[in-house]
Amino acid sequence: MTGNGLASRLALRFIALAYLAVLLLVPVGVVFYRTFEDGVSAVIDSVTTPAAISAFWLTLEVALIAVPLNAIFGVFAAIALVRGRFPGKRLFDALIDLPFAVSPIVIGLALLLVYGRNGLFGEFPLDNWIQVIFSTPGIVLATIFVSLPFVAREVAPVLREIGDEQEQAAATLGASGWQTFRRVTLPAIRWGLIYGVVLSTARAIGEFGAVSVVSGKISGETETLTLLVEKRFQNFDLAGAYAASALLAVIALVTLAGMTLLNKREEDTT
Amino acid sequence: MIKVHAVTKRFGDFVALDNVSLEVPDGSLTALLGPSGSGKSTLLRVIAGLESPDSGDVEVGGQQATHLPPQKRDVGFVFQHYAAFKHMTVRDNVAFGLQIRKRPKDQIKAKVDELLELVGLSGFHTRYPGQLSGGQRQRMALARALAIEPRVLLLDEPFGALDANVRADLRAWLRRLHDEVHVTTVLVTHDQEEAMEVSENLVVLRDGHIEQVGAPCEIYDRPANEFVMGFVGPVSRVDGRLFRPHDLVLSDVPADGADKATVERVLHLGFEVRAEVIRDDGERVVAQLTKAEADALELRDGSTIWLRSPALSATPLNA
Amino acid sequence: MAPAGTLAVGVSTLWLSLIVLIPLAAVVARAFDNGFAEFWDSVTTRQALSALQFTVIVSLLVAALNAAFGTLVAWVMVRDRFPGKALVNSLIDLPFALPTIVAGLTLLALYGSNSPVGINVAFTKVAVGMALLFVTLPFVIRSVQPVLIELDREMEEAAASLGASKFTSFRRIIFPNLVPAILSGAALAFSRAVGEFGSIVLLSGNIPFDTQVSSVYAFKQIESDNVDGAAAVSVVLLFVSLFVLLGIRGLERWGTRHDR
Repeated sequence: MTGNGLASRLALRFIALAYLAVLLLVPVGVVFYRTFEDGVSAVIDSVTTPAAISAFWLTLEVALIAVPLNAIFGVFAAIALVRGRFPGKRLFDALIDLPFAVSPIVIGLALLLVYGRNGLFGEFPLDNWIQVIFSTPGIVLATIFVSLPFVAREVAPVLREIGDEQEQAAATLGASGWQTFRRVTLPAIRWGLIYGVVLSTARAIGEFGAVSVVSGKISGETETLTLLVEKRFQNFDLAGAYAASALLAVIALVTLAGMTLLNKREEDTT
Repeated sequence: MIKVHAVTKRFGDFVALDNVSLEVPDGSLTALLGPSGSGKSTLLRVIAGLESPDSGDVEVGGQQATHLPPQKRDVGFVFQHYAAFKHMTVRDNVAFGLQIRKRPKDQIKAKVDELLELVGLSGFHTRYPGQLSGGQRQRMALARALAIEPRVLLLDEPFGALDANVRADLRAWLRRLHDEVHVTTVLVTHDQEEAMEVSENLVVLRDGHIEQVGAPCEIYDRPANEFVMGFVGPVSRVDGRLFRPHDLVLSDVPADGADKATVERVLHLGFEVRAEVIRDDGERVVAQLTKAEADALELRDGSTIWLRSPALSATPLNA
Repeated sequence: MAPAGTLAVGVSTLWLSLIVLIPLAAVVARAFDNGFAEFWDSVTTRQALSALQFTVIVSLLVAALNAAFGTLVAWVMVRDRFPGKALVNSLIDLPFALPTIVAGLTLLALYGSNSPVGINVAFTKVAVGMALLFVTLPFVIRSVQPVLIELDREMEEAAASLGASKFTSFRRIIFPNLVPAILSGAALAFSRAVGEFGSIVLLSGNIPFDTQVSSVYAFKQIESDNVDGAAAVSVVLLFVSLFVLLGIRGLERWGTRHDR
């Protein structure tokens, strides 16, 4: 590599890394700095208030409902996309990406219009089953919406790549559809599934906009962690907002680290 | 025209070329032949400037080229998988080198037309590589390389990705092209038949060393060692010595110095007949005869024959 | 098609319809509830138009910036080698993993009134731009990376043997093959930026006619019970999203037109 080549390579590297540092590292660094400015114990207090604890559990509960449901959908959708032949498949493929492209406010409004008091079902659900809007089910539905595509989008390429020869082989060896799925297909797509679940969970935990619309933001009941951050900010409890943010940031970083480790694990075992 | 002197190239722990020196005669069609890992592609890429040697030097066209980038060496390079600019038409592919050199538009057009005609792709100007067959893509790649009127033409297993019959056609075609264009050409291949058929000058490599250099028939008849003998043609071992199967003599009557043997199997391969025989002392030998010879002997599974290995025949020089 | 396939199609279409399509259809229905004229009025109020204009312009700028820098970053990630590269690669996904409200708060901390670096752009258009830059960072990078990885290195070697300098090689060989991926990523970034809410809502001050984006405008309409107005603007945003989504599909087909 001649001198000239080296200089330009270093220049490009510097610009790229500087851009990333300014946009990514510095903000996150600042938030952790601000959070722990007044000491660790203050932060711990802040994230262990009843409101915070309740928000944490609610966020977790919602994710635990949304993610598995979307995982099942994702696997079915991937199978439909890769192995299926049906009219409108291309449209179906594009529509799965809608949650990526639609504004969270629009999502919230949509749910409001369907399940709200003046919506599609009118007062019926409210009187007979459950309250959806301004209550947990609404939050769950919003979360399901936004985290819908991840598993499908991670599993489909894997499914496409492995082809269906293994499944055909299993069939010739006498395996039923379910047996083939459980013993051949599922293990083959496990990494795509894992990645999809991790990404889906991170997205579910981090949802704000849609939940903002459908939740009543009732502290201790319908307040997720992200809503808690906003509330504290609006109440000028900056330190509290930072603390809750730091918690969410840690979850995000753990997700990233987890993905990296899983990536390594996959490389080592395949 | 090309001189390689004491070139060594390592990739990590692997020694691809070990102190290799070679002179390629001007205007010749030279083949670098060897098994995988012999260093032949590396040597070609070192000549092209696509790899830098760890030590030694390279001269191209009388000029020290060792530290010159490929852009400045005036070499035409053809890749096994064509390396076609898939987003450009055939015309733009072939014109590329001339556009780089800022030749006037009409000159470029004339040259492109001339070359496409030469490689049999006239009328393909506006097609894209994706619309061409493998053989057509490779011919386009050749036209592209020749467009810049290189001092040297280097081909890295150019027919490796093609079907057998296309390969045979293109080999003959390359030979005819070289007769017409006369640029110093170096071809890398692992196919000995291809090397023998196409080249005037053959270089056999193994494990980063040059085993032998010479005309194909010379190497075939007087191989430098056992490896070269076995690599460029079939070999039969009799009494610990190596012979070409077609040099072994079979007769249906006893003869001086011949051993009695039984034919185990006769394989009729068109013009060629291969006889797997087993001598009375148990040694198994493969002999090769023409159909006419086999018919004259009325060779069949189980026939009794007499096998003689001639004193004068192709054996390794250093065996 | 195998029975499993039919089941898969059935279940997934049902779920998609229930969760996504029907609710979105409800928005469209509501927007046009009182006819097209009403819809048009809602969408063309001064405030709505101002918000839309600002949203589109800032999103385009951000998409363009991230297209340029994203391509550069993707290049360095694929072609360069340096210690910690794997770590940097993982960090690029941070905007995907970090909740938008947290992103908004961190940017406020950095560029707001208490900024450690003395930059105070809170409640300005620049702030909105910074937030969107953060949130859409990974799109172009992740779109270009796989294409760069798959790119036939021999094409570049061929170009070099024909005399092309590194820069010419990039301009005529590499870049044309990247364009579809760059546009794809930029389109996704644009689409995301247009609808972004959480990271902007704290930082921009939501000053109408100045820093208010369409999503915030819609949110305010919901809060003031003007659901019709919110639905109308939402339909516009939805239309943009769909348009971009289908455009990206087209781009992908265009991008692979030469592959065989």
